[in-house]
Amino acid sequence: MIKFLFDGDTWQELYDSIRKNKLRTLVTIFGVGFGIFLLIVLLGSARGMENSFNRLFGDFATNTVFVWGQRTAKPFKGFQEGRRVRLTLDDAYRVEDNIPGVEFVVPRNQRGSQVNRGFLSGTFQIAGDYPLLDKVEKKKLIHGRFINENDMKNKRKIAVISEDVYKQLFEKDEKAIGEYIEINGINFKVVGVFKVSNINMGPPINMHIPFTTFQQIFNQAGRIGWMVITAKPEFNIVQVEKDSKLLLKNTHKIHPDDRRAFGSANAGQQFAKVTGFLKGMQFLTWFVGIATLIAGVFAIGNILLITVKERTKEIGLRRAIGATPLEIKSQVILEAIVLCLIASIIGIIFGGITLMIINATAGQGPDATLVNPSVSIAVVLAALLILIILGVLIGLIPAFKATSVKPIEALREE
Amino acid sequence: MLKINQLHKSYKIGDSSLHVLKGIDLSVEEGEMVAIMGSSGSGKSTLLNIIGMLDVADSGEYILDGLPIDNLTEKKAAVYRNKFLGFIFQSFNLINYKNALENVALPLYYQGLKRKKRQELGMFHLDKVGLADWAHHLPKELSGGQKQRVAIARALAANPKLLLADEPTGALDTTTSYEIMEFIQQLNDEGKTILMVTHEEDIANMCKRIVRLRDGVIMEDKAITQVRASQYV
Repeated sequence: MIKFLFDGDTWQELYDSIRKNKLRTLVTIFGVGFGIFLLIVLLGSARGMENSFNRLFGDFATNTVFVWGQRTAKPFKGFQEGRRVRLTLDDAYRVEDNIPGVEFVVPRNQRGSQVNRGFLSGTFQIAGDYPLLDKVEKKKLIHGRFINENDMKNKRKIAVISEDVYKQLFEKDEKAIGEYIEINGINFKVVGVFKVSNINMGPPINMHIPFTTFQQIFNQAGRIGWMVITAKPEFNIVQVEKDSKLLLKNTHKIHPDDRRAFGSANAGQQFAKVTGFLKGMQFLTWFVGIATLIAGVFAIGNILLITVKERTKEIGLRRAIGATPLEIKSQVILEAIVLCLIASIIGIIFGGITLMIINATAGQGPDATLVNPSVSIAVVLAALLILIILGVLIGLIPAFKATSVKPIEALREE
Repeated sequence: MLKINQLHKSYKIGDSSLHVLKGIDLSVEEGEMVAIMGSSGSGKSTLLNIIGMLDVADSGEYILDGLPIDNLTEKKAAVYRNKFLGFIFQSFNLINYKNALENVALPLYYQGLKRKKRQELGMFHLDKVGLADWAHHLPKELSGGQKQRVAIARALAANPKLLLADEPTGALDTTTSYEIMEFIQQLNDEGKTILMVTHEEDIANMCKRIVRLRDGVIMEDKAITQVRASQYV
């Protein structure tokens, strides 16, 4: 068999057979080539989509839940329903200390306020934040830095402003770091400018100031707007959310079944939905791609069957002058494999080029929908292997057909 | 050289079976040139196919050059055909996308010979049939007589013990037929054993022995005085 493959005449025979049937060879190659082309482009695009989602979520701790207070829905322990629930800093500490699996809890405050700079002014959403916030949703800083522990301890009047605020309060190309803006009548020094992220959990925030400073200037005492609870990677965020809420209900004397008292938004669940969607996409891609491949391979089998039929007499003659059935079968199967291989290589090349074009057009810039669409070599090799196996299997049918006709019948005069 | 005892063969046609060969006894010595004659349906082609190992007898004995031919698998038959037999067909059966030389060298390919050796031997046999100049022409560029000569060269290429010809002149005009017969006679003169099926009396008379079949049995088996084809050419 090895000798068969390395014999130049084997290939000469194959070349003759292909050359003799240029059109059918082209058509079959197109069929399988298109199949593998589709598989590569679809898989690459799905990967690109996954990459772009990952980039969007990349700045964001996905095992995170936001919890805030609302009004109670049930009377409990002598309290009427409709009582307003306000979260405090102590609640945050309690959750952090008592709930298993909590990585950290970030309390946050937020309110709208007028901000002035000279004659320019605007109303912005201002958040009082811990430096830890940077771990939950990574701030993309264009200039400067985020809030640090020193700012917290000294209740420093500093602000990290968004690009939008910068555009409204500063001239183009004006330096913002070190400049002062006026919040609630108090001067704040700008220490950082951040870029607004594509994905935002919770309300949009225009500027961050230290939590402690926020407490002081807006007179918040221990109250907090909401808390961001991040679970350790190995813990289920849904369970952490349940546990935390139950603990909070206990401390605030709220009925355990009260579902309105605390509002929450679970980033993990949102993220799981998207990943589930991506998984579905990938499955669909494989399904469509492989189905197309199989259709293409069947086309090759079909065409080979026709060729074998056309060549009944020739095959009969070859057998009369000494070709064994195995030699005839090997030749037909080899033809199927070679056609599959040529087709898939062409398909892979064109698929790769298409992915490059997609990357050059839809894959550039920060808002790209398909980031780095690509297919791993392993997948390509797997597809090739599948094709070769399918080629052998599909080649078996015409191969057996070729030797099923007795040479005497094949040679019989019409 | 060739010995056949009580050969029987029947074909199934629907529910009934057709008894084509009803106990054939035939023996052919080396260097003979035998014509098998008979009307259509007499079983002459079936006999040739069994001798050519393209078909298998139901019962009876077939010994080729001291080798009993039985229990043939497809593979064994292919090897025997390649080694012992050369076929010449009425419609030449050349492969139309291979040139004359490649057609002649094809049996040698199945013998596993190296390309260079094949080309050499192929050329030798093409030269023998006088077509060395046409080695690189495709069958469609050759006349009927030339095609049959290429086919004869192919049959000779593997140096077989026995040449089997099935109506070798059936598709040729009279002049060309005689040319081909002259050539076949030459081969026989050189010592090749030849068995041919024909229904033309003049062609049969150019052999050395005529075996007449009718309804599956041998009616007549006689040696004749060979008519040389060269006198007509």
